Amino acid sequence: MYQLLHKEKLGPDIYLYKFLAPDIAVYRQPGQFVIVRINEDGERIPITIADVDTGEGSITLIIQAVGKTTLQMAQMKKGDSIPTLTGPLGEPTHIEKVGRVLCVGGGIGTAPLYPVARAMKDAGNHVTSILGARSSNLIILADIMRETSDDLIITTDDGSEGRKGLVTDAIQSLVDNGEKYDQCIAMGPPIMMKFVCILTEKLGIPTIVSLNPIMVDGTGMCGCCRVTVDDSVKFACIDGPEFDGHKVDFDELMARLATYRSEEKNALERYSSHAGCRLDSMSEGGSQ
Amino acid sequence: MNAKERMKISPVDMPEQDPKERVNNLNEVPLGYTPEMAMLEAKRCIQCKTPFCIEGCPVGIDIPGFIKLIEEADFNGAVRKMKERNLLPAVCGRVCPQEEQCQLFCTIGKVRKDPCKSVMIGKLERFIADWDREQGEFEQPPSLRSSGKRVAIIGAGPAGLTVAGDLIKFGHEVIVFEALHKAGGVLVYGIPEFRLPKKIVQYEVDYLEKIGVEFRYDHVIGKTIPVRQIIDDFDAVFIGTGAGLPRFMRVDGENLLGVLSANEYLTRANLMKAYDFPETDTPIVNGKKVITVGGGNVAMDCARTALRMGAERSLIVYRRAEEQMPARLEEIHHAKEEGVEFHLLQNPVSLVGDENGWIRGAEVIKMELGEPDSSGRRRPVPIEGSEFIEDTDALIVAIGNSPNPLVPNSFSDLEVTRWGGIVVNEVTGQTSVPSVFAGGDIVLGAATVILAMGHGRRAARAMNLYLSSGRWVDLDSALDLCRAEVH
Repeated sequence: MYQLLHKEKLGPDIYLYKFLAPDIAVYRQPGQFVIVRINEDGERIPITIADVDTGEGSITLIIQAVGKTTLQMAQMKKGDSIPTLTGPLGEPTHIEKVGRVLCVGGGIGTAPLYPVARAMKDAGNHVTSILGARSSNLIILADIMRETSDDLIITTDDGSEGRKGLVTDAIQSLVDNGEKYDQCIAMGPPIMMKFVCILTEKLGIPTIVSLNPIMVDGTGMCGCCRVTVDDSVKFACIDGPEFDGHKVDFDELMARLATYRSEEKNALERYSSHAGCRLDSMSEGGSQ
Repeated sequence: MNAKERMKISPVDMPEQDPKERVNNLNEVPLGYTPEMAMLEAKRCIQCKTPFCIEGCPVGIDIPGFIKLIEEADFNGAVRKMKERNLLPAVCGRVCPQEEQCQLFCTIGKVRKDPCKSVMIGKLERFIADWDREQGEFEQPPSLRSSGKRVAIIGAGPAGLTVAGDLIKFGHEVIVFEALHKAGGVLVYGIPEFRLPKKIVQYEVDYLEKIGVEFRYDHVIGKTIPVRQIIDDFDAVFIGTGAGLPRFMRVDGENLLGVLSANEYLTRANLMKAYDFPETDTPIVNGKKVITVGGGNVAMDCARTALRMGAERSLIVYRRAEEQMPARLEEIHHAKEEGVEFHLLQNPVSLVGDENGWIRGAEVIKMELGEPDSSGRRRPVPIEGSEFIEDTDALIVAIGNSPNPLVPNSFSDLEVTRWGGIVVNEVTGQTSVPSVFAGGDIVLGAATVILAMGHGRRAARAMNLYLSSGRWVDLDSALDLCRAEVH
């Protein structure tokens, strides 16, 4: 069992969890993920690790409640335990000094981006970070990313914080101002990663993305997480989760993420009415 | 009773759930022998002086020995006799391909010129294991002096469980590392409930725990704990991580929604209990017309599971003819009884999707049999221009598995074959890395539960010798010497 040491709300439906998992804390490297299962009949979901504290033996996960399992997690209290936390899985990010690095995080994608940005900074790179979200309250980890980066730009769709617009607008304007980048790392919703990759390909900036397909075991056994990269099939769990973003078939990834959408919706509604708890986004009129 | 009289007795059928009933539930299909049935079946064994059946058993069970005890109604004795050689009789009695092993060599079957008329060794094995479990009594094996040696077993499947059971009895400390949240490997994620009830696997795992084996779940060796640390912390290591890397057909449309590997389909249905969704949390693709591609036991498991998940039609599409199917006869028979349709000499060449990316059909080409190939089976050859579209809303790819590369890749210096299997000494299971042994499907490629257990048994013996002698080089000849001394 893995005990919840700390839980904190970062924004609407967005929670930070610290679980006691000393082995994972010691061996995890930036870019790796864990499989979480919260009870005996629970599903196995992959979550990229946001941070670790080796002294405390804990790992930090930042999870947006969007379905039954993640809503149930949002009800957990300090001291509660979950039966499964497997990892660290996947290949770690390749960290090296390349020069100037652009880190782009969309919404909750900033969580897995943070350790990569920090490792890139520690490796001697100049790091510019762009954090984007629909609205100010969905921007997470801005302070810690500001400390980690040489420059930080925030964009919101509604202009409630930072520049009004999309992360791609910010990238374009940086480049228009003569900034040059040797590497881009983009983590966030697939649609954001897709458009970042279309732009950076045009701009000639190599781009790494972290993919989040549906998984079951997370060890290469089921093939549920297969993605097409450079016209060949890869398993995100053991070949990834990071790939060359210019070669990823994002449309296929987005389609496959919808495989169980109606089942997920039913399970969420059934749980919400049963347990008497709702997503913040449901209360707000279901903007997502 | 003399041999002639014994030979006159017909094989005792095992009662089964009615096919119409059973497609609506997950309960086991064969219901088991009563003691009377088992004792009558046991009478059919003529106690051959040279029991060829034993030669057909990968773990060398004293088959006439345990059958004789059943005939004499000494079920306790039969259990003990069985457990001398096989720790998982309830599993093997259900999933071993006995018709290719012990029962193929049975004298009765040979005399009656029909292996289906052999003594029903597998059914008797199952009977005695079930009887033992139902007694609910637990016999603590005589405790051995602790050897002070520690063994790590990577993977809690059939091979790993066998090694664990053997080595704990030799007095070693045994820790089993399992990547999933349950022990059993393919026995829990792959083989369906209606063929192997999960409580039976759990019973066997509980037994190992009671006799001192320690299980650590959610541990992916090479990730959760580095391989170097495992090698340093343990006196010997056994890798039994199985053939858990699904093969795909590599045809267009294979990543459409509704197309999944047999591993994914069965793992969702079995380990993750998707049959109970939304009571449980893991959903599954519920097709109305499900195609399973392949002709092995796994394909039969998928096609039969699909019916239980509510499919109106469940089709097996297989590129060869029925005689060449690798599935056990019993599985084919059960699938047919339940209404699975067999579309033979057909092969999907591409998959077609709808506007949302869901599969809506498979383009299938008809095949004919040509010259024999390297496996000795006649090679299926496509008939040009015979393509047609078979409508479907779910397709399961059950064409085999390769060794899972995750653990082998994290061992430096571990020799593997071109297809990813770990290279071992066949007698001892030794790998190219000192103190590390391997066995089961990670060596064999996708094979059977009992072969994996046979591997585990051999490796355990060699590991025990290695642990007591410290001798790594020429361990196989040392093992031969030991054996000679015993006899």
